[in-house]
Amino acid sequence: MEAQIESQGLSRRKFLKLGGGITFLVTAVGLPALVFKKGEMAETKQISAWVHLSEDGTVTIYNPASEMGQGTMTALAAIFAEEMDADWSKVIIENAPVEPEIYGIGWGGERGGSMLTVGSRSVSGHYNNLRQSGAQARYVLLTAVAEKWGVDRKELKTESGMVFHPQSNKKISYGEIVGFVKIPEPVPEIPDSDLKNPKDFKLIGKDYQRYDVPFKVDGSAIYSGDVHVPEMVYAAIARAPVNGTQPELQNEAAIRKIKGVLDLVSLKHGIGVIASSMETALNAKAKMEITWKGEPKAKSHNSQDAYIEYEELSKSSQIGSIVAQAGDLNRELPKSQKVIRADYKNDYVYHAQMEPLNAVAHVTADSAEVWVGTQAADGTRNDVANHLGIDFKAVNLHTCYLGGGFGRRSMTDFVIEAVDISKAVHRPVKLQWTREDDLQYGAFRPISLQKLEAGIDQNGNINSWKHVVIGTGGGLLGSGADIPFYDIPNKLIEVRNIDHGVRTKHWRAVGHGPNKFAIETFIDEIALDLKKDPYQLRRELMKDHPRELAVLDKVAEMANWGSTVPDGRARGIAFAERSGSLAAGVCEISLNKSTGKIKVHKIWGALDGGVVVHPENAKYQMEGSLVMGLSSVLFESITFKDGKVEQSNFYDYPILRMEDAPEEIILEIIPSTEKPTGIGEAGLPFMGAIISNAFASLTGKRLRHMPFTPEKVLAII
Amino acid sequence: MQYSFILNGKSVQITAEDDANLLWTLRERLKLTGTKFGCGVSLCGSCTVHLDGKSIKSCITALSQVEGKKVTTIEGLSEDRSHPLQVAWIEEQVPQCGYCQSGQIMQAAVLLAENANPNREEIIKHMNGVLCRCGTYLRILKAIEKTTQKA
Repeated sequence: MEAQIESQGLSRRKFLKLGGGITFLVTAVGLPALVFKKGEMAETKQISAWVHLSEDGTVTIYNPASEMGQGTMTALAAIFAEEMDADWSKVIIENAPVEPEIYGIGWGGERGGSMLTVGSRSVSGHYNNLRQSGAQARYVLLTAVAEKWGVDRKELKTESGMVFHPQSNKKISYGEIVGFVKIPEPVPEIPDSDLKNPKDFKLIGKDYQRYDVPFKVDGSAIYSGDVHVPEMVYAAIARAPVNGTQPELQNEAAIRKIKGVLDLVSLKHGIGVIASSMETALNAKAKMEITWKGEPKAKSHNSQDAYIEYEELSKSSQIGSIVAQAGDLNRELPKSQKVIRADYKNDYVYHAQMEPLNAVAHVTADSAEVWVGTQAADGTRNDVANHLGIDFKAVNLHTCYLGGGFGRRSMTDFVIEAVDISKAVHRPVKLQWTREDDLQYGAFRPISLQKLEAGIDQNGNINSWKHVVIGTGGGLLGSGADIPFYDIPNKLIEVRNIDHGVRTKHWRAVGHGPNKFAIETFIDEIALDLKKDPYQLRRELMKDHPRELAVLDKVAEMANWGSTVPDGRARGIAFAERSGSLAAGVCEISLNKSTGKIKVHKIWGALDGGVVVHPENAKYQMEGSLVMGLSSVLFESITFKDGKVEQSNFYDYPILRMEDAPEEIILEIIPSTEKPTGIGEAGLPFMGAIISNAFASLTGKRLRHMPFTPEKVLAII
Repeated sequence: MQYSFILNGKSVQITAEDDANLLWTLRERLKLTGTKFGCGVSLCGSCTVHLDGKSIKSCITALSQVEGKKVTTIEGLSEDRSHPLQVAWIEEQVPQCGYCQSGQIMQAAVLLAENANPNREEIIKHMNGVLCRCGTYLRILKAIEKTTQKA
């Protein structure tokens, strides 16, 4: 069997080299065992790195991206299956081995980058490669059949897992080809002209079910916390309440005496307790008395005071990092007939993915085996290897479903912890973070103050635009701050950063959430000031941007913008782009004036995401992202006092519950033949603005600080 | 300590520590991992199971509290995803990340057992304790309503 695997592996490697655009050295690493299931060798064939075909016709397609709820494991396989012309009912989807040279993508969509699943880039990044790879798999099958039947390959047709030769009326199923298929050398790149005509697509752009759904209604989907390894023990960690402080355990003897406690492991940022059961690990952790040493920068951080620091920094004549610039703002702004100014604020927000961080690790003398749900598959494998000083190949990483990612699981801190503990105790370890750990040792979407100024000329047009984002989080602050679709001749958009020493991280849509809130609310304020309809003002600004305009017009049409709204309700409108996708939204709200609670009744949304591979799921992603966005806009705030996070669980960090979900969400996708763009975050950025704009329309008062809690609402009405 | 209870229709006897809790016993001792840990303090509902037909949060339930009683988990709701809610969940394509969905379905199952025809307000009131971060609430509502309409 081993020899067979080896010889099979050789031809596969050559195929990979020629067809996959990767080097022999890299593919010589070999693919992990899951590709060749022992005992199946006679009946199955590895057609390419992307697919495994069985004699019974089962087609196993490898999923190169993390599945965290966004549904791309299905969409990516559908792209491949489309060009292979596989029978979709016989498709099985498995996570690809963590081999970035084969399954990664670069930021331009080129093969062999990283397997990082972020920025809504999975479908847009893999689209061309997977069409090509699917077409190559089909080519391999057709070549084998052509040789077998002694006919020209070009006379063969395929449909849904079958090859036909119309002239002779012969047909054969893909599964039957397994018995005689050879991997031809070389497998050529299939020219675009030989790819399917989009009008013949059977999957792309059609309705089909998500592959993962059945496993998520019976509890059988495996997340990393569900993994059991023989001899496994349990670990919990008490982590630094102030980032950068170091632990000194005061009651070590007492903790070690707890029945079931096996060991304690000192880490730089905390102390791990290892126990024979999960309960004992969690209880012992709670009993640890730790003195935290050190005076790190974070210790002086008080988040509500930070807004004052930002205000001070905004007055500096020193320009920060420039996001975008046009014309000459400093010359033109003072010439304006009128200058409109407004400030916006947003607190830190927490990922709150439903599955608290966890990982299973087993470190031995010269290797490591890890089970984790991660957005950074190869990044994790790499970080573990580097951390342990072992080879990348010596780390066997099993990727699992993610119980939500939203950016938090693109970090590898929790995996390295599990690795450190397993290494220290020489046992496989399941590390579980509590909700409190997950929240208090979170890495948050940055806090920021946004200062906007618009110069209005004598014709009532916006001729200058200044936007300064001041916050903590460096590069996270600037995303979405530019407004390339609004033609304003003079603009200056910049980011100023103060490092408070606390942990910040990408959070679904990154800076787009806060920045589009500020921009799109400001547009509304300008419209009010100029006595223009906010929809019409946006139309004027984007009149030379037809795609953007079509999205805005679509949502206005869907909501019948300008029509009469029921008593006690009002509407807001906004536009935002994210990951190349264009989105616009309208909401209809009411207000309980005694409690200060905003109720969102309806949201309409329009989306242009280029070619949409899985429209039902794309809409559902938009629905999910606008509900998550609404949650952040209405409820979510992390505050720091003397460097400590003041919240700890869902009672003081509420996220949106069913009672606060919109009553109705109506979404449309604009048909397009443009290249696919990222969809998983596109519904989120406009949420702050549509709520603030509707609220202003309802009450005449402006909400400029997210979240719009009842206390803030009551304070202004 | 020795514990015994009925789990998904079968009698279970296990030995565990005094501090054993239902959630971690299901997940780690019995390897029924469909029931999830979300908050540990009964705020999110990811760990919802049935105890003698009522929904409870297994994360705050000591194992001693289920002694001699009937516990049902998502794995015991049906053998083949055939419970009407599971069928509706698939038809409506409800789950995204899926982590909360066992809890959602178990919570919904209790409502339907008690009230065959709940209105929307009753559904929301009953389901409000189970959090979802992906924003699947409207499809959950739809799936429950579809189930009651069929019944």
